[in-house]
Amino acid sequence: MSDPILTLKGVHTDIGRYHILQGVELEVPRGGVTMLLGRNGVGKTTTLRTVMGLWRARAGQITFDGRDVTALPTAAIARAGIGFVPEDMGIFTDLTVEENLILAAASGPLSSDRLDRIFAAFPPLKTFWKSAAGNLSGGQKQMLSIARAMAEERRLYLIDEPTKGLAPAIVATMAAALRDLKAEGAAILLVEQNFAVARLLGDSCAVMDDGRVIWSGPMAELAADTALQERLMGLSLEAP
Amino acid sequence: MKLLSQDRPGGPLISAILVLLLIGLALAPFLFPGTRALDTAARICVFVVLVASYDLLLGYAGIVSFAHTMFFGFGAYGVALTSEHMGRSFAALGIGTLSGALAAALLALAIGLFSLRVRAIFFAMITLAVASAVAVLVSQMSALTGGEDGLNFQIPRALTAAQKYADFKLFGVTLNGKLLNYYLVFSCATVLFLVLLRIVNSPFGRVLLAIRENEFRAEAIGYRVVWFRTGATVLSAVAAALAGSLYAIWLRYVGPSTVLSFEIMIDILLMVVIGGMGTMYGAVVGAVIFILAQNYLQGLMGLAEGALQGLPLLPQLLDPDRWLLWLGVLFILSVYFFPTGIVGRLRRR
Repeated sequence: MSDPILTLKGVHTDIGRYHILQGVELEVPRGGVTMLLGRNGVGKTTTLRTVMGLWRARAGQITFDGRDVTALPTAAIARAGIGFVPEDMGIFTDLTVEENLILAAASGPLSSDRLDRIFAAFPPLKTFWKSAAGNLSGGQKQMLSIARAMAEERRLYLIDEPTKGLAPAIVATMAAALRDLKAEGAAILLVEQNFAVARLLGDSCAVMDDGRVIWSGPMAELAADTALQERLMGLSLEAP
Repeated sequence: MKLLSQDRPGGPLISAILVLLLIGLALAPFLFPGTRALDTAARICVFVVLVASYDLLLGYAGIVSFAHTMFFGFGAYGVALTSEHMGRSFAALGIGTLSGALAAALLALAIGLFSLRVRAIFFAMITLAVASAVAVLVSQMSALTGGEDGLNFQIPRALTAAQKYADFKLFGVTLNGKLLNYYLVFSCATVLFLVLLRIVNSPFGRVLLAIRENEFRAEAIGYRVVWFRTGATVLSAVAAALAGSLYAIWLRYVGPSTVLSFEIMIDILLMVVIGGMGTMYGAVVGAVIFILAQNYLQGLMGLAEGALQGLPLLPQLLDPDRWLLWLGVLFILSVYFFPTGIVGRLRRR
């Protein structure tokens, strides 16, 4: 972890009067998938939103690729090369699939090369290319949401629970797509509750509790040690 | 298709209606003789632009503004003031139009940058406050603006009925300056409408739609929401000011009640809603229906009342004095049966 692409140092974020992030220390290495794990409500989503500037950090510093992005406007952070896939997917339901993807390529026209890759990863998007995104199924919306992050060259993807509430068959498609993304050499910070997926994809891992990162290390180490899982998250991740 | 910016009106029915309306307006002086009919047609042309520019704001960018008539008034007063002080000339019309549009753009930019960051409701309130302040100013500064009486001014003779261009009549219509004036209004309105249609179908328009749906997502993709919103506000203000200039040139009169009043703002809102928000073509349908109803409903009711003499109750209900009641009923019915507007209903994307 000598030269991380994203570094959070002592980040505190308040939402209203609640002190959600209480000094997050996190490093995301270049290339590879970093899993952000932890129970519900410990601040994983808030961490991602704070990186994007959708919540403002009250204290601390966020560095992306050597550049301080803590105070940049959200749009500038996105243009610096971070693709964000929020938990609610946030697709534009009134627009067509095509329009959603054209919009996602904020800095120029969508290259046909990227489009081919998106279609290869998510064939349903080609089928419904001209229809309103609001009519897609939940899994297809999630595909579109990830495809939108892929519409441009990004150096870092922040992806929030991509498999939540999806059918097992679609979870497999999603996992395969994320693996392709990783193979391209992009860095991914992934919040994921599905431990099977997490173990499959994760290279390194950070566990959060009560607004702090309480453990970080290689994914394999956590996956192999059920006692550690028990201690960090209060439950065995191998449980059904 | 290129002229329509690849944005087809939708189904065959709505296309047919729009083509009919276009032909009707283009040949209005020949199809519907009489001063009143021509006046109605010109009003429709002006309001199509005004309503379309408001649709850019409300339907595409999702911004609620109550200052749209103010920008309309800027254009109108611009022409009136220059014609008053520079004398009747095309130069006065041109300079008045340009300065009205420029003033509208600057004020829209200022309002936008200061207040589009806040929540939608506050922006609406701020526009309301600015618009009321301007309306009060115009009525108080009577030395300059003529106050509540407004300004009567002269336009170049080439655009008035006094100027005859031919000794013969073409299909029973005198070829005079008034006719030329109508075609000036009609062609400018057509061009402005096509420009607005181009804007909403451009990448810029697509970003506006995205912002309307989910501004945080648009921001997270990399678009500065406040700049796009301000851009939409400025563009629609300029279009409204240009429509105001056309209106002033047609009427040769400006006054608070014709170009600045809050009633016009409500008329614009109704036209957008009846025609269909976020469709552009809805502006055409909405303006035609609304202005025809405003101008002819009373007359129709007079006829109906006469025809139903002797029957109980009905003649009283159809008394021409009650035309506003029926206008209201028409609106309620149209919103009930076409919640997404007439064009929205017929195109069903």
